[in-house]
Formats: sequence, C-alpha cells, structure tokens
Amino acid sequence: MANKISDETIEYVGILAKLELSGEEKEKAKADMERMLDYIDTLNELDTEGVEPMSHVFPVHNVFREDVASYKDGSTDTLANAPLKKDNSFKVPKTIG
Amino acid sequence: MAKQYETVIGLEVHVELATKTKIFCSCSTEFGGAPNTHTCPVCTGMPGALPVLNKQVVEYAMAIGLAANCEITKVCKFDRKNYFYPDNPQNYQISQLYLPIARNGYVEIEVGDTKKKVRIHEMHMEEDAGKLVHDEWDDTSLVDYNRSGVPLVEIVSEPDMRSADEVIAYLEKLRMIIQYLGASDCKLQEGSMRADVNLSVREAGTKEFGTRTEMKNLNSFKAIARAIEGERQRQIELIEEGKEVIQETRRWDDNKESSYAMRSKEDAQDYRYFPDPDLVPIVISDEWIERIRANQPELQTEKLERYKKEYDIPQYDARIITSSKHMADIFEAAAAICGKPKKVSNWLMVETLRLLKDHNMEPEDIRFSPENLAKLVRLTEAGIINSSVAKEVFEKIFAEDIDPETYVEERGLRTVNDEGALIEVLKKVIADNPQAVEDYRGGKEKALGALVGQTMKAMKGKANPGLVNQKLKEML
Repeated sequence: MANKISDETIEYVGILAKLELSGEEKEKAKADMERMLDYIDTLNELDTEGVEPMSHVFPVHNVFREDVASYKDGSTDTLANAPLKKDNSFKVPKTIG
Repeated sequence: MAKQYETVIGLEVHVELATKTKIFCSCSTEFGGAPNTHTCPVCTGMPGALPVLNKQVVEYAMAIGLAANCEITKVCKFDRKNYFYPDNPQNYQISQLYLPIARNGYVEIEVGDTKKKVRIHEMHMEEDAGKLVHDEWDDTSLVDYNRSGVPLVEIVSEPDMRSADEVIAYLEKLRMIIQYLGASDCKLQEGSMRADVNLSVREAGTKEFGTRTEMKNLNSFKAIARAIEGERQRQIELIEEGKEVIQETRRWDDNKESSYAMRSKEDAQDYRYFPDPDLVPIVISDEWIERIRANQPELQTEKLERYKKEYDIPQYDARIITSSKHMADIFEAAAAICGKPKKVSNWLMVETLRLLKDHNMEPEDIRFSPENLAKLVRLTEAGIINSSVAKEVFEKIFAEDIDPETYVEERGLRTVNDEGALIEVLKKVIADNPQAVEDYRGGKEKALGALVGQTMKAMKGKANPGLVNQKLKEML
C-alpha cells in the first residue's frame, strides 16, 4: 500500500465528522481510507489529457422547477421523528447564536 | 510623527431573493408562518429527497450579475459545503464554489465628489439555513426550518473599499440595483440583506495586505460604520503594541460597540466542498442571457435622466427620489394621478424626508399610497386647504395613510374664503390690538404680521393668508 493515513489525519477527519472512534475503530477506518486512496492512485494512472472534468455521469442539464408554491403545512411530517420537540420546533442542546 | 494607516475592506453580501418558493422545493418563502410549517423532506434534508432548482432563482441571479457588470458563467453547478450545526439539517449547505453563476463585475460608487469602481469577485447562489431560538425556560435551542432552503445570492467584492463611507455607498448601490430589479427587498433589519465585513489595516503606502478579520452580525448601516471604526482601531492598537492580528471571525456587539472572537470550533474552515450529485449542471445560452438583459427594468440612472426630461425635476431632487425604487414608484403613480409632478416631488423632498429622518425610517418604509398624496396635492392646488393645514394633513397621511378629502371634511379644515366671516374676525382683532394697529399706522410694517397671526389663530389656521393680508391692509 502506497498511501499511509497518519494518526493526526484520522483524528482530524473524526473531529470534522463529529465521530468519536475507539482505537480499534480508528485502525479499521485508517485501513479503509488507505484502500480508497490506493484506488484513486489507480484512477490517476489513466491518461485524462484533454478530458473535461465532470461532476455528473449523464449528459443531463437544466432541470428546473417553476416558482409555484405548494402551501402545504409540512410541520407534522417534518417533526414526526424528532427525538425532542417543543412549540412546533426541534429541541436541541443549547447553541450559541 | 504617528504612523498613518490605511483600512482595506472587502464585503460578502447575502441577499434573500424575492421568489415565492424555496430554491430546491416548492415550500413557500413567506415570512411569519408557525415554526416548521413551510418545510418538506427536501428542505429538512430527509434521506432520499431530491432537490430540483427553482428557475426563477437562476434568472434573478443572472439579472443581478448583469446589472453589476459581471460575466455570466455559461456552465455552472452546485457544490456541497459540509458542516454540522443544528440550523443545517442536511449537514451541508448547497452552494457554489467552483463555478459560481457570475464573476468579474463592478459597481460604481460615489463618495463626496469622488467616483470609484468597486470590483465584484464573484456572485453565487445558495440556500439559507434554519433559525435557532434560545429557550430560556429549559436552556435549550429550538429549531425552525421555515427559512431553510430560502434562496440567497452571495455577492463577494474585491478588497477595494477604504472607509466606512465607501462601504455604505457600495451597500446602498447594491441595494438600489437589486430593489430596482425586484430581485429582493434588501432589508438589513429584517435580514433579507446581510453583510460580512472583511477588514485589515496596513501602513499607508504599503503594497501587501495586513491580516484580515471577518465581522458578522451587522444589521444596519450604522452598526456597519461603527463596527468598521471599532475593528480598525483594535487592529491598529495591536500593531502599535507589536502584537499580531489573528485571522479569525469576530462577532460585532452593537450594544457594547465592540467585537469578540467567535469560538474556533464554530470557525472550522474545512468545509470539504464537492459537487452536488443530486443537482445537474446549469447551461446558460447566449439567448437566455440576452432575454434576461432585454427584460431588465429601467434602472436608476435611466430613471433619473427621464425624470429630468419628462418632469423637469432638478438633478438633486431626481437623484434622491430615484435612490429608492419604492419612493420613485410612489412619485410616478402620484404624479400620474394629479398631473403635478413638481408638487409631488416637493412633498417627497421636504416633508417626507423630514418625517423619515424624525422617525429613523428608510424610504422603503414609506406606507402611504400615491392616491392619498395625489389627493392632497389636488386639495392644495384648488385652494381648498392652506399650506399649514396641508402640512398637518400630510403628517396624518404619512403616519396612517388617511384619505385627505375625508379627513379635511370631517375635521372642517377647509380654508375659509368667506369674506363676510373674515371681516367680522378682523374687526375684532383690530379692536383687541390697538397697540399693533397704531404701530402699523405709524409705519411699522412688521406689526401687520402680528395682526395676521392673531387672525389665523382666531380662525384656527383655516383662513386664506393672502386674503387676510389684503383685507387687513384695506381696513387699516
């Protein structure tokens, strides 16, 4: 394996993803990520000279909606699975701002 | 000699677009609904929901881009900006990083007599987040996703501004352009226009930029001006003390008139952008751009020229009236109804501006109808009410948009042109003020004023002042 994920990297990715990983889980995640990077290396072997970068596989563009409102009260469905709710709102731990 | 410092400022301005529906779903963007009523699986980030772009958002963004002299990006797309915060149910905001809809524009500003171009780096479309309300009772936060997915355009300037005055001129110019386009109402207080200020200082004459900070939470022009002055001072003091300015996001507290650093946790600048796989690219043809350009409404500069020609309004007045689309609309409608554009212009330029200033209001907050202003002009032109009564009536129009015709009738404010009644009053005034009468007869012209005043008072302000003057002179 050419790529090596450092302990700092796995720690940082964990923080960004808001995940708390045990030592064992970190090692497993490291191995997974290394394999992914190795695969990217394989892709990098292809000659992409003159090929436009793309973000979609299908040649589809300009899919639009007209600006017409539905006016349905979505609150019941939206809040149906809320672990905690109050005053028609999701209740979450206190945040700043 | 103390060192001279130059302030360097760039702005990120968010504008909430005036669409009926959200950017990626057909939920209403209306204000004031009960929490979470304007939500659906798309704007609350439910798994498997598919966002579909609102065409009107693209057209408004193109219109703003064109009006600000930008190049429209012919193939543009959306990216995901990843961060965790309860106001963002998807855990990413759909925005545009790599291919924003418009780039390389400018707007021209004027401060004092100096004209200057502020360059626009880029403009992109994105979605707004939900609203968090702190619940004092059990010390939690309540989340309402009604604003989640409301379309925004973010306009990023180059660091071309050097003072608070320039920043405000730039914001006023942007606001005016966007209001004229009808793309947003741009109300700072209500948050439909928001500005983040990037500011650094450097010694005058230096080429390199200093380290900048970003200030958030600025919701009025005055707060922006104070925040700029405060941050400039703070950075200069740090430099003078030999300390370093740290690149960070700061929150301005307008009550304390100082800023504080936001916690670094909130400021994790690693958003790991990547193209949104749910949204297909937007391809903009030349025909589409031309169609948008052809449909642009008359903007301020054109309107100003037209007012001077069509209505014979002086440059200064035309500029003030056209500086607000709302005021210009009232002017045109009222002028069309009463056919007296100059009189309408006077009411706007004098009394309206005075009352706006007294009440700390913006022209956009004017609530009276052009119909009632036109009626007032007709009443004064026809001599039905005199000018001091008209002022009093106008204050009522300004405050409550009353119908002046009904108001004048109900309160009996018509000017009294009845000579018989006037002469009776004058006789009494002359009898009651022998000193003033004697003074006038002895050659003191000023004494006449006192007698006119007494007469107006006796007639509760409803007399015709010209007539009072004339009759008094005759009788003396």
